[in-house]
Amino acid sequence: MKTKKIISLLPYQKPFLFVDKISEISENGVSGIYTYQKDAYFYKGHFKGNPITPGVILTETMAQIGVVCFGIYLLKEKISSENKLQIALTSHQVDFFLPVLPNEKVTVVSEKVYFRFNKLKCKVKMMNLKNELVCRGEISGMIITKDNE
Amino acid sequence: MTKEQLLEKLTAIVKPYVQNEEGFKNLNEETDFINDLEINSANLVDIILDVEDEFDIEIDNDSMENMLTVKATIQIIQNKMNA
Repeated sequence: MKTKKIISLLPYQKPFLFVDKISEISENGVSGIYTYQKDAYFYKGHFKGNPITPGVILTETMAQIGVVCFGIYLLKEKISSENKLQIALTSHQVDFFLPVLPNEKVTVVSEKVYFRFNKLKCKVKMMNLKNELVCRGEISGMIITKDNE
Repeated sequence: MTKEQLLEKLTAIVKPYVQNEEGFKNLNEETDFINDLEINSANLVDIILDVEDEFDIEIDNDSMENMLTVKATIQIIQNKMNA
């Protein structure tokens, strides 16, 4: 499956799509990149006069690249126009090490812990352009395809 | 392994995922993981994976779908262990 196709199957759009490109993907894991646009809506409020990317947005970025893009790849044979993707975040535990500023480009790397009974659990980390660790943790979600009757 | 020993092990596996403590206090064969213990489907998967490790068995998709109560789970574990 082409990586562009995976991104087109994501159930997100602006201003809540946090995947620019998938760099590598296999049965074991995925890596991808995203650049936070300096005019993104959340910088107006987080923080007042001091824009820093919120941790929840970093977590969301890790989940979109590391679990959802990856899940689409793992389910590739089952997804079609009749079988739509259904996803739900079920848990995450993330530690943060460095701030991410507007215009920063980050790389997300995710490794599969397991994908069983529709639950995908991954170890995910995010690095900045200097290859410094920004955050890391474990994210799980349920991911299934469902008939659209 | 007796049924009591099995139930004891299963209770220990389930404990960390329980949301309804009252339901857990009253745990018995009729206990339903989702309705009585308020365990979500993602944690139900963790319970099944822990059951596999604890009893050294493999649970397939069909069995998993039936493992919604303590009774059904004990039955499936016993069947797999005796297989």
